[in-house]
Amino acid sequence: MTTAEISEEILDILSDIAPDEDLSGLVADKPFREQLELDSMDFLDIVMELRKRHRIQIPEADYTHLASLSSTVAYLEPTMKDMVKK
Amino acid sequence: MIYDTIIIGAGLSGLAAGIRLAYYEQRVCILERHYTIGGLNSFYRLRGRDYDVGLHAVTNYATKGTKKGPMVRLLRQLRLSWEDFSLAPQVGSTIAFPNVRLNFNNDIRLLESEVAAAFPGERDNFKRLLSQILDYDDLNQDVFEISARQVLANTLHDPLLIEMLLCPVMWYGNAREDDMDWGQFCIMFRALYIEGMGRPYAGIRLILKNLIRKFRSLGGELKLRAGVSRIRVEDDRAVGVVLDNGQELAAKNILSSAGAVETARLSSAENETPSQAAGQLSFVESLSVLDKQPKSLGCGRTIVFFNDSEKFHWRKPASELCDVRTGVICSPNNFEYSADDGELADNMIRITALAHFDHWRALNEESYRLEKLRWYDQLSASAVRFVPDYRNRVIDTDMFTPTTIRRFTGHDNGAIYGAPHKQLDGATRFKNLYLCGTDQGYLGIIGALVSGVSMANRYCLPV
Repeated sequence: MTTAEISEEILDILSDIAPDEDLSGLVADKPFREQLELDSMDFLDIVMELRKRHRIQIPEADYTHLASLSSTVAYLEPTMKDMVKK
Repeated sequence: MIYDTIIIGAGLSGLAAGIRLAYYEQRVCILERHYTIGGLNSFYRLRGRDYDVGLHAVTNYATKGTKKGPMVRLLRQLRLSWEDFSLAPQVGSTIAFPNVRLNFNNDIRLLESEVAAAFPGERDNFKRLLSQILDYDDLNQDVFEISARQVLANTLHDPLLIEMLLCPVMWYGNAREDDMDWGQFCIMFRALYIEGMGRPYAGIRLILKNLIRKFRSLGGELKLRAGVSRIRVEDDRAVGVVLDNGQELAAKNILSSAGAVETARLSSAENETPSQAAGQLSFVESLSVLDKQPKSLGCGRTIVFFNDSEKFHWRKPASELCDVRTGVICSPNNFEYSADDGELADNMIRITALAHFDHWRALNEESYRLEKLRWYDQLSASAVRFVPDYRNRVIDTDMFTPTTIRRFTGHDNGAIYGAPHKQLDGATRFKNLYLCGTDQGYLGIIGALVSGVSMANRYCLPV
C-alpha cells in the first residue's frame, strides 16, 4: 500500500468506528482527540480493527503512535507497505 | 472445543459483551437459564397484549445526531445505529411530594427553574450541585462510595429538596438502603435528569431484537434454558462451566452477569459461604390496561415519582409484603412517538412499589394469588393520591412480584439492582472470571449495556 492508501484505510476505520463524524476536514497533523469525539474505547477499536482487517498486532506500548492521522500512517507504513490494498 | 469467552446471562450486559467479542471474531457463547433473553428487561404476552418487564423508560436519552454521551458511545461500540433503539422522548415527568411538585423533562433547564420556583433560596446551591455532578469523573472505589446524602447536605440546605431529588434517582438505580453511593448518584442523576428519558415505540422488544440479531449475525452462539449450575475452577483460574443438565463447556475467559454473590457461590466449594452481601431491595409492579388513553383522564405525565411524606424512605418493607408510601407511576403511552408510529395499541399505567422478597416467597399458591389482588388495590389507592383516579377505566390487569424478578434475573432476594456493594473493576477471586451487569455497577438499560462493553474491552480484548 502507498502512504495515501494507508491513510485512506485509517479513514475508513474511523468512519466505521464513528459513523456520525465528518472526516472530510480532518487535519492530518492534529491529534484525533482535538478534532473528533473519540474516547479510550474508540482508540481500542482502531487497534482492534487493524488486527481484524490486516492481522496487524500493535503492542500496548505503541498505542501512543496512534494519536493523529499522520503519526498513525508513519507508524504503520513499515508494516503495511508490502500489503495489497483490497 | 474451548470458547474464547463464555458469558453467563443473556440480559443487556451479556448481550452487549457478546456483540463486542463476536465482532472481534472470538468464539463466544451466551448461556441463559430462562427460556427468553433480556433478564430483568424482558417482555411477555398475556391475553393478546404485549407487556414489558423492567423497562419504564431508557435513561441516558440522546437525540439523533448527538455526538456525545453514554448512549452515543455505546451505539458506536456495538456498531449499531440510532434507529436500532429509536427512542421517542418523554412528554415530561414529575416528582410529587405532599404540597410540592417538581417537573422535569429532557432539558435540565426545566428542573432548574422548577427548583428555583419551589425553593427560591436554593437556586444557586442547585447550580453548584449541577456542576459538581457534571465534574464527577472518578471511578476510584473509595470516592465512588462516599455518602450521597452527605455531599448533598453540604451543598443544599433544604432537606425536602434533597429528599425530592433523591427519590427518582434511588428508584431508578440504587441498590443500597437509605443512602446512595455518591458515584452512583452522579451517574444516575446525569442519566435521568440531564440526558433524560425516552422509549422505543415497540418497547424493550425492539432493543432486544436488534441486539440479538447483531450478535447472531456476527457468529455468536446463544443457548437458552441453559442454566449454569457451577463454574469449574482450577487453582486461581476458572476453566469452564457445568450446565444444569450436566453438560460441561470450557472457556479461556468467563464473564458473569449472575451477580457478585451468585457468581461467588457458583465458583466456590460447597461448604464455602460467599462473603459479600446480597441486595435487599425488590419491587412489585401492577400493570393496568385502560379503555382510554391515560392523558385523556388527566394522567398525562410520563412518570410520576411520588412520596407521601417529607422524608423519603428507601428500604425493604419492615413487616408487610409491600411499602406503598413511595412509588413510581409510569405510562408508556406518554412519550412523543413519531407521527408514523402514532399511539400505542394499549393504554397502560404501571405502578411500582417496594416489596419484601422473603414474605412473598413464603406464600403458598393460593395466598400468593390473593395477596397479588390485595396489593394491586393498595398500589392503585396509593397512586391516585398523586394522579387523577383512573380506576374505573381498567379493563385488564397483571402484577409482578419479587419472585417474578427472581425468576427473570436469578438475583438473590429478587434484588432489582443487585448487591449494595458494586465491584467497579469487575474482578472476582479468580483470574479470568469477571463480573458484568448489575453488580459491576452501571445500572439502567444503557448502563447495563455499557457494563458489558467495558468489561469485554478491558478483560477479553485484545486476546
